[in-house]
Amino acid sequence: MIDQVFTDALLDRFDSSSFRHHEDCLTLDCNPSSIKDLLTHLRDEETFDLLVDLTAIDHGTNTENRFSVVIHLYSRIHRDYLRIHSPCSDNDSPEFPSLSELFPAANWHEREAFDMFGITFTEHPNLKRILMWDSYPHFPLRKDFPLAGIETPLPADDVAEVTQANVDPAPMMGGPFVSSGDGMMSESEPRAKDESWTEQAEKPK
Amino acid sequence: MSTKTVELNIGDVGAKGADASAKVDSEKMALNVGPSHPTTHGVLRLMMDLDGDLITSCEPVLGYLHRGDEKIAENMTYNQFVPYTDRLDYLSPLANNVAYAIAVEKIAGIDLPERCEAIRVLVCEMARVSSHLLGMGVFGMDAGAWTPFMYTFTEREKLYTLFEELTGARFTTSYTRIGGVARDIPDGWLDRVTHFCDNLPKAIDEVEKLLTRNRIFIDRTEGIGEVSKEDAIAFGFTGPNLRASGVDLDLRKDKPYSGYEKYDFDVPIGTRGDCYDRYLVRIEEVRQSLRIIKQVIANFPDGLWYAEDARKIFAPPKDKILSSMEELIQNFMIVTEGPQIPEGEVYFEAENPKGALGFYVVSKGGGVPYRLKIRAPSFCNLSILEHMVPGHMLSDITVILGSLDFVMGECDR
Repeated sequence: MIDQVFTDALLDRFDSSSFRHHEDCLTLDCNPSSIKDLLTHLRDEETFDLLVDLTAIDHGTNTENRFSVVIHLYSRIHRDYLRIHSPCSDNDSPEFPSLSELFPAANWHEREAFDMFGITFTEHPNLKRILMWDSYPHFPLRKDFPLAGIETPLPADDVAEVTQANVDPAPMMGGPFVSSGDGMMSESEPRAKDESWTEQAEKPK
Repeated sequence: MSTKTVELNIGDVGAKGADASAKVDSEKMALNVGPSHPTTHGVLRLMMDLDGDLITSCEPVLGYLHRGDEKIAENMTYNQFVPYTDRLDYLSPLANNVAYAIAVEKIAGIDLPERCEAIRVLVCEMARVSSHLLGMGVFGMDAGAWTPFMYTFTEREKLYTLFEELTGARFTTSYTRIGGVARDIPDGWLDRVTHFCDNLPKAIDEVEKLLTRNRIFIDRTEGIGEVSKEDAIAFGFTGPNLRASGVDLDLRKDKPYSGYEKYDFDVPIGTRGDCYDRYLVRIEEVRQSLRIIKQVIANFPDGLWYAEDARKIFAPPKDKILSSMEELIQNFMIVTEGPQIPEGEVYFEAENPKGALGFYVVSKGGGVPYRLKIRAPSFCNLSILEHMVPGHMLSDITVILGSLDFVMGECDR
């Protein structure tokens, strides 16, 4: 059972990790340097052998640790999840140790996090983009990437040469519309959250 | 309006696309399957090396259906995202709607009335039946049996008529709202569901007669695409695929949500984890789903279909909006600012027909999620292909892909 005793024993053993306030399942903060030890222990000794999800969060460009990796494990014995937050070392070229040795399931999740956030998973066996095409230059889920997209060359050079076409940003004037929720009603009226391309602002290049 | 026409030299494009052949030695052949191929059930591309008929390596290429759902979710209110969940696993949109709604309700701390939970269980199980009916029919077709598909598709069509009556749409249902469902069930609808459930076993029996002990079908599927218990866990299998490998994990039993603990049903488990086992597990899951549906209908609770105390989250009934100032303001705020969700983070997985569909919601307060990660079961189930497919014959590919029963809509998101 996941109770105070379980948590205390875990935190005693891994003093680089700490408890984090949570609503649904036990949540720990862990240093990237000891994440492999913690996960090995959880998998082999504590029956958390299903890595159900691995993803990343971009906390914004002005934060101290901009990117963090979030891992969800599931134990069939405890019948519960366990969440681990771990910050990435560098804000400009974030890095994180790859877990695909421990959990083959992490392989594609890490490729996705690399694809969407640009986090380099060191020692990953096959770190390349998984959803976007290989030559795509941006990381779409970063907070500074506009919802409309950024003009990008077509993936196939030969087609681009003949058609002279690009991957264009999507027109955003049609919404989705969301109110900011603060200030005067007239100021907070619903508008597109991403205004990188509107009637006033020119289409991004 | 002028139309620009461009002449493309197809030969040039083809030669660039086949650059994979450069790294193969002369004994082997590079074969590209997909992205648009009937076998791949959508837009999955497989790059394989063949030694005669034997597959020596297989590399799946995804992303052809990537729409950036997670990015879109960060730019709209919680309720605005419900229609996008339809388009994840588009063969069971109702189950996706429910999974998403429960995830957000968990972070908001909303308790739902019994009737709402019962409706949700009912639609989830109907979605499971519809998804498995298609999965089984198409699987038969992949193995060369056309007829079962006709039986299962006929039944699925009846289900879609029931969905249409309930939600107004056959396919993209968008039925749930944060804090409830869009509308109560129509009059007499439960009787029609019961009628459907009474007749479905006959159709399932027909399919079973055609497939389950069919020599050709067994030869094509038995021992093919075997996944051991250890591999299934290591690669993050979930749902029927995981259970076919002999792992007893069903979130409806192990971590019940929406009142699943009240219903009595069995969880079928496979032994070998091959294509045949995955088919058998799905057949039995349909029968178990019917059991659940009957129990839900037999004890269908009265009451409201939305949480009444979810004041800043669920819009009040229409007649009250039109007659009372308080409700009008409330409705206005919910429509413009979105349901007000407190700060926090929640991970919720629901046992969907394809596997565990997870939503990881990070909220910083307000009506828009800060981050919404969708854990798609098809994505995880497909990650084993690289490991599993080599060593099989080329003709086994259709059967393996059919038995995994994936949907690219949720895989690529």
